[in-house]
Amino acid sequence: MSFLSGENMTGGYGAADILHDCTIAVEKGEIAVIVGPNGAGKSTAMKAVFGMLSIHTGRVVLDGTDISGLSPQDRVKAGMGFVPQTNNVFTSLTVQENLEMGAYIRTDDFSETMERVFELFPILKEKRNQQAGELSGGQRQQVAVGRALMTQPKVLMLDEPTAGVSPIVMDELFDNIIEVAKTGIAILMVEQNARQALNIADKGYVLVQGRNRFTDTGEALLANPEVRKSFLGG
Amino acid sequence: MTDILNALILFANFVLVPATAYGAQLALGALGVTLVFGILRFSNFAHGDTMAFGTMVTILVTWWFQSMGVSIHPLPTALLALPFGILATVGMLLATDRLVYRFYRKVKAAPIVFVMSSVGVMFVMNGIVRFIIGPDDQRFADGERFIIKARDFKAATGMAEGLTIKVSQALTLGIAVIVVIALFWFLQRTRTGKSMRAFSDNEDLALLSGISPERVVMITWIIAAALATIAGTLYGLDKSFKPFTYFQLLLPIFAAAIVGGIGNPLGAIAGGFVVAFSEVTITYAYKKFLRYLLPENLEPDSLVQLLSTDYKFAVSFVILVMVLLIRPTGIFKGKVL
Ligand SMILES: Nc1ncnc2c1ncn2[C@@H]1O[C@H](COP(=O)(O)OP(=O)(O)O)[C@@H](O)[C@H]1O
Ligand SMILES: [Mg+2]
Repeated sequence: MSFLSGENMTGGYGAADILHDCTIAVEKGEIAVIVGPNGAGKSTAMKAVFGMLSIHTGRVVLDGTDISGLSPQDRVKAGMGFVPQTNNVFTSLTVQENLEMGAYIRTDDFSETMERVFELFPILKEKRNQQAGELSGGQRQQVAVGRALMTQPKVLMLDEPTAGVSPIVMDELFDNIIEVAKTGIAILMVEQNARQALNIADKGYVLVQGRNRFTDTGEALLANPEVRKSFLGG
Repeated sequence: MTDILNALILFANFVLVPATAYGAQLALGALGVTLVFGILRFSNFAHGDTMAFGTMVTILVTWWFQSMGVSIHPLPTALLALPFGILATVGMLLATDRLVYRFYRKVKAAPIVFVMSSVGVMFVMNGIVRFIIGPDDQRFADGERFIIKARDFKAATGMAEGLTIKVSQALTLGIAVIVVIALFWFLQRTRTGKSMRAFSDNEDLALLSGISPERVVMITWIIAAALATIAGTLYGLDKSFKPFTYFQLLLPIFAAAIVGGIGNPLGAIAGGFVVAFSEVTITYAYKKFLRYLLPENLEPDSLVQLLSTDYKFAVSFVILVMVLLIRPTGIFKGKVL
């Protein structure tokens, strides 16, 4: 029994199903990565796990509890954090305000959590009073991840956190993500940079047309000739 | 030298002071429009008539106070009645939201559907106001009328021209400053205010952060009701109350909100003054002003008025069209309509 799992999910945005019997799971302190071609349904699978889209078959289980019926807001309260692929910061709010909004549902003192986020992303502390919209792409992604961390989630879901950032910034972000995982948080991540992502992944899912094509450890997928040929460019 | 001073006093008396007061009233009105647009994402055509409704309640309570002999002389009794007007308008807007807009939010209607239903709300409010208080002009200002009277000013300074500053004008500016400071403090410093800005910025992410849309919407209507009632009452004290005039105010108010950048509170304030000063400077007759400044042989024969005051709304209209054509996001980069 995994800590978080979306089991046999089938569903989509309207009449046509996008996901077909898709299963994704992640353990505490581990990193699970979803890769696959554009339009494969990776983002859709993430949204399904987070309750932003209805699945008519299958279920989502968090820590042994079926949470299929919960709204996204209630899943946040249940300990899940989500960083969407696009529009994932409040551009007109300052960095600090973004983090405060991340902690909106918390009624206790969250200053310590904010300090932790600033430790993880020191540049954000420096730019705390700047509008998030003025930051570079990589810094924005840090704000987005920081915002999601403010609820102290047990699971962090990231949809292409390294989209549009330079290779150096990508490496930094991956390092940050490994650090977050080390604190015991389960990380479920979609990545375009499949090779680098599988490198740091405990578990990898290759999704094609809404179906599980390959599922294995990151290492094994990297070694699999078929995966290499079709999805990792040889 | 005296001529230049006289020209300046004349200008201050007929342009600077009235336009500043009018600008503050428009700014308060535009703030309400811009907040509703930022949060609910539609242009609220009922805002002018919301102002009329709030002012009407304030007037009725004012008359009641006056009949009981309650007074805060030298200030107008309407100030005492204002909180009651605000409360009634809050109730009115929350009821409207419950009866009309909430349904369209639930079915995720297109913005134009919201705009059209706000036109319907406008007609209903308009009807209610006319039914209760009638379509005619109402005066409800009492207390001291002037801070500086033209005659006293002339006597004190020995100038030919006098400067008049009405209590209503000073009150308008003072209250507008307090309201704006309070509003910005709320939006910038409080958790609820920040959640409203977050919701306006990125609704989906706000939902993911656990911000409740219904709560944000409710607070927006409460603030819009307060702003509308205050703006309407100040305008009524300064000029007079007539339901039709408040409906007409919709044009300069929208022009102000759009010039400044709709959805942007700072823009609404700047826009209010831009529109007010444009309107007043363009419809002012400069004949006497120029007589002070020009040599005798160049004195103008005509009124030197760019536009008759009858056409003052054309100024707002032209500003509106120009902004939409040239810079649809407005001065402060609001949302594109
Ligand atoms: N909001 C939406 N409404 C309808 N269809 C969508 C929506 N978002 C994505 N899709 C469709 O779902 C499929 C999978 O998209 P997505 O999950 O975004 O792919 P990926 O993230 O793997 O690139 C695509 O065919 C896409 O056109
Ligand atoms: Mg995607």
